[in-house]
Amino acid sequence: MFKWLEKNLPKIVMAPAVGLIGWFVYGFVLWTLYISFTNSKILPKYELWGFGQYEKLWASRKWLISVDNLLIFTALFLIFCIVIGIILAIFLDQKIRAEGVLRTIYLYPMALSFIVTGTAWKWILNPTLGIQKMFIDWGFENFTFDWLVNREMAIYTIVIAGVWQSAGFVMALFLAGLRSVEDEIVKAAKIDGAGLFTVYWRILLPMMRPVFFTSFVILVHISIKSYDLIVALTQGGPGISTTMPALFMTQAAFHKSQVGLSAASAMMMFMAVAAVIIPYLYSELRRENAR
Amino acid sequence: MQDNLKSSSYQQLEQKSKYTNMFLRWFLYFVLILFASYFIFPLYVMVVTSLKTMEEIRQGTLLSWPSGLNFDSWAVAWGGRGYGAGDTFLKPYFWNSIKMVVPAVFFSTLIGAMTGYVLTKWRFKGDSWVFLFLLFGCFIPFQAILLPMARTLGALGISNSIVGLVLVHTVYGIPFTTLFFRNYYVSVPTELVKAARIDGAGFFKIFFKILLPISAPIIVVTVIWQFTQIWNDFLFGSTFSFGEAAPIQVALNNMVLSSTSVKEYNVDMASAIIAGVPTLIVYVLAGKYFIRGLTSGAVKG
Repeated sequence: MFKWLEKNLPKIVMAPAVGLIGWFVYGFVLWTLYISFTNSKILPKYELWGFGQYEKLWASRKWLISVDNLLIFTALFLIFCIVIGIILAIFLDQKIRAEGVLRTIYLYPMALSFIVTGTAWKWILNPTLGIQKMFIDWGFENFTFDWLVNREMAIYTIVIAGVWQSAGFVMALFLAGLRSVEDEIVKAAKIDGAGLFTVYWRILLPMMRPVFFTSFVILVHISIKSYDLIVALTQGGPGISTTMPALFMTQAAFHKSQVGLSAASAMMMFMAVAAVIIPYLYSELRRENAR
Repeated sequence: MQDNLKSSSYQQLEQKSKYTNMFLRWFLYFVLILFASYFIFPLYVMVVTSLKTMEEIRQGTLLSWPSGLNFDSWAVAWGGRGYGAGDTFLKPYFWNSIKMVVPAVFFSTLIGAMTGYVLTKWRFKGDSWVFLFLLFGCFIPFQAILLPMARTLGALGISNSIVGLVLVHTVYGIPFTTLFFRNYYVSVPTELVKAARIDGAGFFKIFFKILLPISAPIIVVTVIWQFTQIWNDFLFGSTFSFGEAAPIQVALNNMVLSSTSVKEYNVDMASAIIAGVPTLIVYVLAGKYFIRGLTSGAVKG
């Protein structure tokens, strides 16, 4: 008995983690998948109902708006975070004085919750007392900035706040990437007469391909899951103009008693994330095994 | 003579490139400082707004300096106004968050350390699949587990309680803590462990005598990561708790959204700062470890 215990101790120690994740991640996802094929309303029902919920989902105007918003947000969020992140990383890489202080400033939003920063942005962007008033008081009398309460533009306020929160993270990733390149490569290129611009554009940035890939995956992942920021900033409004899939899911599940429909929307989100993550994990593991 | 000419034109060229370089340098600093002000702007606005009276807010602009250090709205945000119904303030929820964060960070870190240890030093057949199995948990969108989690917490009788939130955060922290410890222990030479095993040291003795003493950096990274994630969580907090059991982010959101007659932005900003200050302090004091957590394996939830 003691021998057996000693021999299997490592596996026994592993058991809680594997058990918990097996139940609370895989088991729960399967349960949600099953429920998405039933006609559950307030309470889960277990009779299968086919793809009805998915048909309902894709016929729902609110869901289509959520998906539209997600695409707009993801595209802009990706572009701005990556461009700003790269610019900051390259500029910081030029033996800048006070680099530490600047880096700390660029990255501190990552330490704050979206609720905290959303509260701040909501106040800054509100038309009555925020930025709009500031410019009017400065003498720009016709200045208007009412994106937060404008159906067409409200989604872009979420982009502004989201980019502000996450661009520093991309900067950190790229800075770490650039710092890991050996000096010799840059020196050799400079001896061959390459200017600074050429060194970055032709040599260093192409070497950053894995960092691009990582940033892409992580940013897409953040944007698919974005929920807190929208709740804090617009709550999906004005109307439903800034609703997103994560918000759609929780509202259907906990406010509208559409358990089956919310499960279907959750599974759509799950599949979107899986489509990005599985190739990523696969390539990461391959890289690690190749080492 | 010719030599002289050559060198003077060379000097000219050098002079020119010196000026371009100087210009470039200035441009560099200009852009960097411009972005720094964009990043610092909301924090600045939060702080000055929290120190103003509502009268000052209506008359001044976002950027205007407060007339004095007026901490009244901080006091209201933290402890309320002292009358009964409708007087929401952050103090009890701040403690809720502490009571939730401490055990959740402790348990998830402990489990992560153990699994990371086994996965690297007591390898078994199929262990890399087990790691992948756990790792995938970092990425699932939590919407896919919210419904069954709500039912499970209800069945266990811990819905709308801090115990329930501790359980949720512990479980969904395990993939990250495992990843951190596993990646750290991978770089510890296995020979050390093998030698200790030959000397007859057992599973726990090796952990406590060999691995734990060198684990300080990764423990710091993991604790900071988990602390920040759990403190800042809103999805779980708002789904699985309400009323008195809510953590601070949920309370903050409720406070800001509550539609009392007059919107008090100074109190809102003070509340937001109170809710953000713990993680901000940790970030400023231990930024190095925070960044290591962020970029560690470049996995971020």
